[in-house]
Amino acid sequence: MTKTFIVKNLDCAHCAEKMERAINKIKGVNEASITFMTQKLFLDADDDRFDEIVEEARKAVKKIDGDEVDLTEV
Amino acid sequence: MKKKDLIKVIVSFLILVIGMILENGIINLETVFNVSVAVASNTILVIFVLAYIIIGGEVLKTAAVNILHGQIFDENFLMTIATIGAFLVGEYPEAVAVMLFYQIGEMFQSYAVNRSRRSISELMDIKPETANLKNDDGTIITKKPEDIKTGDIIIIKPGEKVPLDGIVISGSGDIDTSALTGESIPRFVEADSELISGSISLNSMLEMKVTKEYKESTVAKILELVENASSRKSRSEKFISKFARYYTPIVVILAIALALIPTLISGFSLEVFKVWGYRACSFLVISCPCALVISVPLSFFGGIGGASSHGVLVKGSNYMETLSKVSHIVCDKTGTLTEGNFKVTKIDSVNCSDMELLIAAAKAEKNSNHPIAKSLLNELKAYSEEEYTKVINAVNNAKITEFAGYGIKYEDQEDIIFAGNSKLMDKENIEYKSVDSVGSVVYVARNGNILGSIVIEDIIKEDTKEAIEKLKSMGIKLIMLTGDKKEIAKNVAEKIGIDEVYSELLPQDKVSKVNNLLENKEKTDAIVFVGDGINDAPVLAGADVGIAMGGLGSDAAIEAADIVIMDDKFTGVSKAVLIAKKTVRIVKENIVFALGVKIAILILAAFGIANMWMAVFADVGVAFIAILNALRAMKLKEI
Repeated sequence: MTKTFIVKNLDCAHCAEKMERAINKIKGVNEASITFMTQKLFLDADDDRFDEIVEEARKAVKKIDGDEVDLTEV
Repeated sequence: MKKKDLIKVIVSFLILVIGMILENGIINLETVFNVSVAVASNTILVIFVLAYIIIGGEVLKTAAVNILHGQIFDENFLMTIATIGAFLVGEYPEAVAVMLFYQIGEMFQSYAVNRSRRSISELMDIKPETANLKNDDGTIITKKPEDIKTGDIIIIKPGEKVPLDGIVISGSGDIDTSALTGESIPRFVEADSELISGSISLNSMLEMKVTKEYKESTVAKILELVENASSRKSRSEKFISKFARYYTPIVVILAIALALIPTLISGFSLEVFKVWGYRACSFLVISCPCALVISVPLSFFGGIGGASSHGVLVKGSNYMETLSKVSHIVCDKTGTLTEGNFKVTKIDSVNCSDMELLIAAAKAEKNSNHPIAKSLLNELKAYSEEEYTKVINAVNNAKITEFAGYGIKYEDQEDIIFAGNSKLMDKENIEYKSVDSVGSVVYVARNGNILGSIVIEDIIKEDTKEAIEKLKSMGIKLIMLTGDKKEIAKNVAEKIGIDEVYSELLPQDKVSKVNNLLENKEKTDAIVFVGDGINDAPVLAGADVGIAMGGLGSDAAIEAADIVIMDDKFTGVSKAVLIAKKTVRIVKENIVFALGVKIAILILAAFGIANMWMAVFADVGVAFIAILNALRAMKLKEI
């Protein structure tokens, strides 16, 4: 399944890079790509674990750039 | 920019200035307030610490939190270490200044990013909010465009955006399509004209029938394309993110080595540690790759945004990068270089008026679906609406026979008309004056006598030549592929200045021609294919970059191509190449400049020539200049 999310309050380009790498490491993620300028996360991950993966991704981005960062589905 | 942050910067700056005045003895605390040396120097230290906490408190907090999360090479943390280090070696003003400039840099960065995000969303402000649905009883209700079904009738008021694709039923007026195509001249529409969502009715009330649901509409397709544009990353972006991954750790390790090795060699001399520790702190200040990491995607984003304001949609920064290296542009003829619709260009009548000749031809051709027949009928319509209607509605028992490869024979009670090529005339033993033309020639004869000839040609788009000259001046080779006859192809190519022509090709021949070019090109070159999206999807997909012309209305083109030119003009191609070249040049400038300055300052700092002030410039100043340079990619007035 593929979905696009907005990464709210993403304002550091370097962090976007780190987040992208962190999310790609989550088990079940086929491809994750964050575009800093449009603040978008494109996530392609396994269907049966998709919601869990999104939760893990949310934790990962918060860990990197603080609590005000969040994922919302487009 | 947050107001709170700005106040912090100003307050901290003022306190820093006071501290520096006192420290340099411009106002001497000891004599003015009659206090001891120790009290005076402690007061000065407190003043600097105060300035530091005001501006850097947030950074210190974030650094602490991130360290707990295991983010060692976090820029907040590195700035904290560098500035605390500066305090420890007694360089108070430097410590505050580094924090101050770092914060100013951050503020400017987020300002620049937000501004360019905003201006691009304004650029793409084509999403219609509402549609006025007309019910069967004539009442009008306002609905979301998403809730309108195909076949519904909607009303567009003057000044409103067209919410969905459709056909005008009643009303006429000017339509502004500039948000979609970059074309500033309004388009006139009347009953039966197509209306494209996202354009604006300038001065009139229009009633239209919806032909596509919202999610299939032009506007929805364009928005989807633009919003997902930068998800395909360019090689430069990938290079930079890879670089950033190693740059920071390497600089930090070097900084540690710089602080420790000389100290160890000197046998733990505090003096030596102070000197080298300060140099190490300068390293940490330069260790953030921010300038590069932000300026590269910002440039591409700006370039893509600028291009879309010219009616050129680019699906990803990778395509922009490849397009900048274009060496060959291969294009389809019909619909790309030429209008793709045939027009009568010459009428040569013998023993009768042009009108009479046209009427005879139209009579013979009126039932044919061939583009040539259509162009004859259109020409007659342009000459005289009345005669046209007469021909179309004529009720007689005319007998029309088609001879494939020759032409048409028309017979009614009064006349026998032949319309066709020279072979038909020869066959019927009709004498005629041969016309030498690259277009298609239709000879018309009535009752055994020649009436004359009509030349029909595909018109070259008016701006094609200009665009090709521009492309050639950039050293790009132009190749034309066409299924058309050799003479026609050669003639068109000569008129517009195409370098190489391949004619009489079948669709699969076009694919193999492009593949051939792809196999034999230099590694640094790129082969670009330009087509109208009809029948050439495989070539569009196979070329390094596929450009589709006339994105308005053609779904296939939007899907298959990497770059879509919204209006139907070949100048879109030259614009796209210019924008791509400019954007990539800016990206290169930024990479070379930012890396060059950083490495230079690193070397100077290692030898103690560059101080922390210069390090701050290498970090914040370079980011500032690189961002300003990146923002240029969005502005393309000169094209």
